Amino acid sequence: MIREYKTIEEVAGPLMLVKRVEGVKYDELGEIVMPDGSVRRCRVLEVNGNDVLVQLFESSAGINLSESKVRFTGHGVELAVSPDMLGRVLSGMGSVIDGGARIIPEKTMDINGTPINPAARYYPSEFIQTGVSTIDGLNTLVRGQKLPIFSGSGLPHANLAAQIARQAKVLGSDSNFAVVFAAVGITFEEADFFINDFKKTGAIGRTVLFINLASDPAIERITTPRMALTAAEYLAFDLGMHVLVIITDITNYAEALREVSAARREVPGRRGYPGYMYTDVASLYERAGRKMGSDGSITMIPILSMPEDDKTHPIPDLTGYITEGQIILSREMYRKGYMPPVDVLPSLSRLKDKGIGVGKTREDHSGVMNQLFSSYARGKEAKELMVVLGESALTPIERLYAKFADAFEAEYINQGFYENRTIEQTLDLGWKLLSILPRSEMKRIKPQFVEKYWPGER
Amino acid sequence: MSTKGLVYKVSGPLVIAEQMRTANMFDVVKVGPKGLIGEIIEMHGDRASVQVYEETAGIGRGDEVVSTGAPLSVELGPGLVKNIYDGIQRPLENLRAIAGSNLTRGIWVDALDRQKVWHFTATVSAGTDVCPGDIIGTVQETDVILHKVMVPPAFKKGKITKISSGDYTVEQTVGILTADDGAEQELKLMQKWPVRVARPYREKLPPAEPMITGQRNIDSLFPISRGGTACVPGPFGAGKTVVQHQLAKWSDVDLVVYIGCGERGNEMTDVLREFPEIKDPKTGKNLMERTVLIANTSDMPVAAREASIYTGITIAEYYRDMGYAVAVIADSTSRWAEALREMSGRLEEMPGEEGYPAYLTSRLAQFYERAGKVICIGSDNREGALSAIGAVSPPGGDISEPVSQATLRIVKVFWGLDSALAYRRHFPAINWLNSYSLYRDRLAHWFSENVARDWMDQTQRCLKTLQQEAELNEIVQLVGMDALSQSDRMTLEISRSLREDFLQQDALGDNDSYTPLDKQHALLRLIFSFEDKGREAIAKGADIDAISELPVREAIGRAKAVPYDVYREEYAKISDELDRELEAIIPGKA
Repeated sequence: MIREYKTIEEVAGPLMLVKRVEGVKYDELGEIVMPDGSVRRCRVLEVNGNDVLVQLFESSAGINLSESKVRFTGHGVELAVSPDMLGRVLSGMGSVIDGGARIIPEKTMDINGTPINPAARYYPSEFIQTGVSTIDGLNTLVRGQKLPIFSGSGLPHANLAAQIARQAKVLGSDSNFAVVFAAVGITFEEADFFINDFKKTGAIGRTVLFINLASDPAIERITTPRMALTAAEYLAFDLGMHVLVIITDITNYAEALREVSAARREVPGRRGYPGYMYTDVASLYERAGRKMGSDGSITMIPILSMPEDDKTHPIPDLTGYITEGQIILSREMYRKGYMPPVDVLPSLSRLKDKGIGVGKTREDHSGVMNQLFSSYARGKEAKELMVVLGESALTPIERLYAKFADAFEAEYINQGFYENRTIEQTLDLGWKLLSILPRSEMKRIKPQFVEKYWPGER
Repeated sequence: MSTKGLVYKVSGPLVIAEQMRTANMFDVVKVGPKGLIGEIIEMHGDRASVQVYEETAGIGRGDEVVSTGAPLSVELGPGLVKNIYDGIQRPLENLRAIAGSNLTRGIWVDALDRQKVWHFTATVSAGTDVCPGDIIGTVQETDVILHKVMVPPAFKKGKITKISSGDYTVEQTVGILTADDGAEQELKLMQKWPVRVARPYREKLPPAEPMITGQRNIDSLFPISRGGTACVPGPFGAGKTVVQHQLAKWSDVDLVVYIGCGERGNEMTDVLREFPEIKDPKTGKNLMERTVLIANTSDMPVAAREASIYTGITIAEYYRDMGYAVAVIADSTSRWAEALREMSGRLEEMPGEEGYPAYLTSRLAQFYERAGKVICIGSDNREGALSAIGAVSPPGGDISEPVSQATLRIVKVFWGLDSALAYRRHFPAINWLNSYSLYRDRLAHWFSENVARDWMDQTQRCLKTLQQEAELNEIVQLVGMDALSQSDRMTLEISRSLREDFLQQDALGDNDSYTPLDKQHALLRLIFSFEDKGREAIAKGADIDAISELPVREAIGRAKAVPYDVYREEYAKISDELDRELEAIIPGKA
């Protein structure tokens, strides 16, 4: 029997204190019945004797201490899942908002999920060709990886994410592919861009969208990514699909987390974010992966905008410690008009080494990648020196490196959002650019590959 | 006697229970209908604060809390090696077999397999006098680990009255030790030990020999001793985990305990899948045969993360007591400190710096102090060593934060990772300018006796050259390369060679991933012979530009990847080639 309590004692920000309840469990879902009969949802944050502290998922406007009633459902927050979710638009709390028919659930799943046993994971090693040279060639994405895009306000991260969603494929397999898209507190325009792009390419039919716009309650943002990941887990591990999850923008999620923490008067960590933020965001990111007993996979591309382009800000910082690399966008490249404006040197994919090479991409991939990185780094150093001292101060070899760096940016990085390069094209372009340098500089590449692929000095 | 109480408050991993007056501090308790594992960390009269090692969703007021009456302990015995455990020593492979690929709550599986039969060979006979720590027999645990069965430290000394070799499970009695007062004590393959208490030893010894890692940067410049402590701080992406994995792979110890504490799940999977395929250069067997894994990944319950470090080091101490050299590698101690901070916040303690509890430093010190080279308990004076290496993940890579600073006050070796080096793909990205090893001088004797007389001179020269480079680079930034003398240009050339041809080491390279000490020494000598001969050539009028463009430079660059069995001949060839090419550019001789 479900009891209703009329004992709401306090409402402050996103928190509400309910007195004299019985049998309420930690993390249970509650429902607040408003005086007009509408229902809002909340979650138990703390059980303290007979009192419970709950967190609202929606606005507290209209809650009346003497009229509103609270009932507890006996289970956590759940999402009803079904294969019919594909092609549908859902709210940040998981209800249908595209005006279409209700989804008949196959089953309901707790949105918090459970941690994957590390002994049951498969190490991600299948190369995903995104068609973007700076990713495929230098920061290779593999199935089951979590690779965030670190962006800044005003940078075209949405275009890059849409490009990846559009072009991504695994070589030599026609797979069962789906996209789960979670909009967390972004503007209507940005969400609309994604929806239109998915529609234009026909991807919408294999996409589930969870939309929490900037105008929706901030507190709902705590559940939105979890809803999306729960849907992704269902598609991947129950239905065996390969799911690409795009979450934008994690910064808004972290701010919602901070809001709840501040309301609870917890001791803040850095910049007011709660001390447990690492653990909390890890419980999102770590849901990506592959596991035994299922053919499916979850590959995650979270997008976050770095406040003031500062990589050491807690949100990108903690993210970087959990995710398997990062793609960083650069304002400098953007100003030069080079798209996608990827900042190559600090970008990284930790799982690339197992996803490239013979049988996956091409035998020379690793060498070319390392050579491009170190040559570009040296070229950039030479260019910095040139700015201070003038070109004449450089040695002849450094001048070549500077020339290489310019060409690398203009041709390799700058490919535009609509060019889809195969991995062979990307690697061959790498060789072509490297041939600006003398052959003796190819120290990172095995001699037999230099022999085989060297196009001749220019 | 077990105390039963009732839940009063639940807040994340913290549960407060009533009617617990008779329970002991640090007792393990089972919470709620699922029997979630927890530990009492505070007592206030009737109320006990319990940190629960599993997700507490679904726990409510009035749920039962039952004390087991014993502190959090680990099971020690054959079967530990090759296993992967979570933070409170539940075997993850078995959990998977029972509950599938996601972790389900409230399952308890014994850490050591109760069914498995081991062959026990007694090494003492009935009638022998023994004291705690004495070895009474052995079990071949894996191909490379000979498990020594010891008299548990808590036993009283006396005489073995019965013992026999044969096949036993870990719970069966292999012998009887009759104490001097007549009490009969059953000897078994398995013993238990509380994780928060350091296992006893007779005497601590100063470090005297290096723990060889095969990493040129570490062995040559910043060595760690057997029984030493080291930390690896660095921002994300600087390669902390790769350094840790390399140490776990190549360190010349008998056993490695690798603790993945609050880190990525895939990294543990990587170790689990990759180690069985790598051969230990010392024994030729696969690396998993000498590895124990503790995995408490970032999405697993935060309280168990706090316990994982202790679980790991207690297992390591147990093997140290057998007389083995053991290394504990913890990745990452920052996540452990964050778990402490989270619990401290929930307990509403007064926070210290950045919200960390005031006892952070003393807890860290206690952990690292469990490392060391010791004379083990027991009557045979055997020596064991336990080295501890901890990764630190400072926010934003800024080591002025509390965890890094507290760690630096304790450990003796600092391998500072640098994101600028990582961007240039200079790996391992250990910054040679700010890293240090306080063991360098103590180990000088060992290196000159066992590797080469001039080991210290040569490695010191390497450090000095790199320091000079940093100074010269400042001048170059201001006035340009042209302002430098030929000799200074040579210094820059040689330090570039040191960086690229010596310090950079490819963790995935077949012949480069592990470099034995004599090859490290020969490689340094080869690079310095280039410098010496180059300087001679300059004195005779050769031009530095010509020297820096010699084709032999490429051969020097590839010297590190020359296979070990032919490196002497190859290096001699490179050296001859160097002589020839330098000869050719000296004016008037060509």
